[in-house]
Amino acid sequence: MTAPLLELAGLTVDIATEDGGSRTLLDGVDLTLAPGEALGLVGESGSGKSMTVRAITRLLPRTATAAGAVRFEGEDVLTMGAGRLRGYRDSGVGLVFQDPRAHINPTRKIGAFLIEALVGNRKVPKREALARAAKVLAEVGIDDPQRRLRQYPHEVSGGMLQRVMIASVLLAEPRLILADEPTTALDVTIQREVVGILDRLRRERGMGMVFITHDLDLALAVCGRVAVMYAGRIVELRSADTLHERAAHPYTLGLLGSRPSIDARVERLTAIPGRPVSAFESGPGCAFAPRCSFATAACETTPPTLTEFDGGLVRCLRVEEIHAARTEVKA
Amino acid sequence: MNSVKSTWKRLNKALGRSGMLSLAFLVVVLLAAVLAPLVAPADPNQSSLLDAYAGPSGAHLLGADGIGRDLLSRLIFGARTSLLGPALIVGVSLLIGIPLALLASWYGGWVDGVVARVFDLVYALPGLLLAVLTVALFGPGLTPAVVALSIAYIPFLARIVRAAARQQRVSPYVDALAVQGFGMLRITVRHILRNIAPVVVGQAAIAFGYALLDLASLSYLGLAVQAPTPDWGVMVSDSDAMLKGYWLQVLAPGVLIVLTVLALTVLGARISGEKPPGYLRRRPAKAVAAEKNRTTVGAAA
Amino acid sequence: MGRLLLQRLGGLLTTLFLSSIVIFGSLYLAPGSPENVIFGSRTPTAAARAAVRHRLHLDQPLPVRYWDWLTGVLHGDLGTSMVTGQPVADRVGAGLGTTLLLVLMSMIMVLVFGLTMGLLAALLPGRVDGVVNALTSVTVTVPSFVASALLISVFAVQLGWFPASGVGQGLGGRIQGLVLPAVALAVLSCGFLARVTRNAVRDQLEREHVQTALVRGLPRRTVLRSHVLRNALPPIITAVGLLTAGTFASTLVVESAFAVPGMGQLTIQSVAQKDFPVVQAVALMLVAAFVVCNAASDLIQAVVDPRLREAGSTS
Repeated sequence: MTAPLLELAGLTVDIATEDGGSRTLLDGVDLTLAPGEALGLVGESGSGKSMTVRAITRLLPRTATAAGAVRFEGEDVLTMGAGRLRGYRDSGVGLVFQDPRAHINPTRKIGAFLIEALVGNRKVPKREALARAAKVLAEVGIDDPQRRLRQYPHEVSGGMLQRVMIASVLLAEPRLILADEPTTALDVTIQREVVGILDRLRRERGMGMVFITHDLDLALAVCGRVAVMYAGRIVELRSADTLHERAAHPYTLGLLGSRPSIDARVERLTAIPGRPVSAFESGPGCAFAPRCSFATAACETTPPTLTEFDGGLVRCLRVEEIHAARTEVKA
Repeated sequence: MNSVKSTWKRLNKALGRSGMLSLAFLVVVLLAAVLAPLVAPADPNQSSLLDAYAGPSGAHLLGADGIGRDLLSRLIFGARTSLLGPALIVGVSLLIGIPLALLASWYGGWVDGVVARVFDLVYALPGLLLAVLTVALFGPGLTPAVVALSIAYIPFLARIVRAAARQQRVSPYVDALAVQGFGMLRITVRHILRNIAPVVVGQAAIAFGYALLDLASLSYLGLAVQAPTPDWGVMVSDSDAMLKGYWLQVLAPGVLIVLTVLALTVLGARISGEKPPGYLRRRPAKAVAAEKNRTTVGAAA
Repeated sequence: MGRLLLQRLGGLLTTLFLSSIVIFGSLYLAPGSPENVIFGSRTPTAAARAAVRHRLHLDQPLPVRYWDWLTGVLHGDLGTSMVTGQPVADRVGAGLGTTLLLVLMSMIMVLVFGLTMGLLAALLPGRVDGVVNALTSVTVTVPSFVASALLISVFAVQLGWFPASGVGQGLGGRIQGLVLPAVALAVLSCGFLARVTRNAVRDQLEREHVQTALVRGLPRRTVLRSHVLRNALPPIITAVGLLTAGTFASTLVVESAFAVPGMGQLTIQSVAQKDFPVVQAVALMLVAAFVVCNAASDLIQAVVDPRLREAGSTS
């Protein structure tokens, strides 16, 4: 196995609360990503997937503290000096945000936004930077790039602006792309298209990607492996092509069941009962236990660990029993 | 007894420490103004030339002014004129401004357009200038100054009421009430006005402070309250005392003006629900809120 | 942008025109006849009164008089003072330069101290922010006349560094005489601008696009300059416009306090003397200053924020 591009080891993020206490948002997240690999991070609100991305870029809220390690090409991001951190953010990692409207400065032209990092960090001459920007804009499927460079963000559509955001990340040619729900703010009709562009250009350039979404299908479509998160922890990690058949954690099963499908004939959609909780709200045992139809008294008190099962990693005390029961029903 | 305690607790929680301090100060000033004849140690207009510029002593706690009038008594009686004017100004502008603003927000369309334009036009004129012009017409005095400032303060308050009422107007509960057959008057007065009351009261307190400043400025210029009457603005204009170095004569009323306005703005901000400045709170994690707003998967079906 | 400029200019002229009608109309509809100013306490004969009324064109209908006055103003003739008999333009012109210098000095202080305090408070949360906040909470409630009294007591009477009233000869003397009045005008505005600046910068610091800039590895200084400060400008510009306009109005008070021979003092004197042609002219000029300040701040904002450039979108 080659050296990993990115490695999270026991990543834990706590945040200070107004009353002086602290709350855990991420609780011991372990992940590795090989160069050029795409990994999906799937979960509901508050599962900590966005916080994971923030920790990877060290873009944490002022009152948050991170423990554990985030290693990029072997170097710990959490302890980097300011200069190294800027270099890492400039050329190591690129982040595609969810809402391009809010994440692109509305008072500056699209051209200025695109070339800012090239000109400011790498001293690329402005003319050359603009030429490169126009080329990447064309690659992400924007026609008449020269005109777009002179427009302001409010003059173009949300879909186009997200392509501009993707172009800005590609332009920096990072080794790792983080995409934080890049299509959630867009119209359904252009979601697939934008994800397709991102996926294709990433592959062509051999960039690694962490793709965050609450849409399990989308993650399965563009990622080699998928990690399912719940309450600040990874509960299941599996390759995308076997997840459908081999999903073992009750929460993953719930996600698969609650997803409307057109090719399988399902009598009714099964929603997961209850509401998602954050890491700090969970009890001493399994965080999913209150919503889990398989939960026993032991689940409420004993925290499960992430262990290997059926070719993947699963965090569930009763995984073998549930698997056996399901196989019986199927047979 | 218990209910008094819980009311006190609730008040404390709503206003915070700075708000409670401001309220306490204002209550003291108001009591002094109302009970002036009882609490003032001397007649504010009784002069005795022997006591001219007397320093603080048992006879005159804060000393006496250039013609021997007791400073403390003049400050206490001065609270009356200094507070009465702004009270009238805020009262009149609320009385005119609230109905106009409610009508504009209820009917919208051209009614709203016309009212908004007129507000903008009056808002564009500085209140002080309007008052000075009015005095030019009718001569100096408290009445013309109060009338002019009332007009100038209508848009200040009405714009806030209009914006707040418009927000209420489009909320579903108003439609629900209208569907049930309640009339415009009932809905606006009993529901909309009641819901925006904190904002209106808070902003009125702030306007009170500004009106006090404007009126005191006019009195200082000799255009509103006239000289022998004790008034904080008039007292600051005692340049004779100032040039002779008896600065307490001038600074005591000045400090009272500043403290009163400070208390009013702090209290007004707290009542209308403005958050206390950031350094008093720890920032809640923005990321938590962001994550919470995401659509959920499991519940989507 | 061009359309916005025209629209603002149109609005400006409309406001000035309407205010001139209001000011002209109200002054001449006032109780007591203007000619009484000339007669003072004497009781004139009917013939003398009629002659004066004719000389002042008071025997003509109001619209005609307004028209005459307006065409005069457009030709630079503001009328004649009823008290001194001088042309109003001369009296106004004498004070205009002083007042403009005073407002300029005051606004420079406001910009330097207000922006610095606001930026420090925004960028250094905790103690610095707390101190600035406490300081500005108080200064925003100090009216210019109280500040005047305080400054005169300390710096003119006690220390004798500056004159307590009037201004000296030459530019140096004028500036020295205007320092205290300018400070008196600046006290309240400084606090106001500091608070607006702090809140605007704080607001931008928490914006998503600032995170984008940070996560692209841009230096902190660049992020602050081209994203945080640049985007925080619109509310700051609005505040500066409002404060400049308000400072013009406050010269009425401060010039009287320090006996500065400017437009403000002239206004108060003319009001006391019921010298209507002068009151009219200075009042209109103050309104003009007010309206110009607001229009200018709107236009500068449109330069800073492209979203405001479409005409009609600013309100």
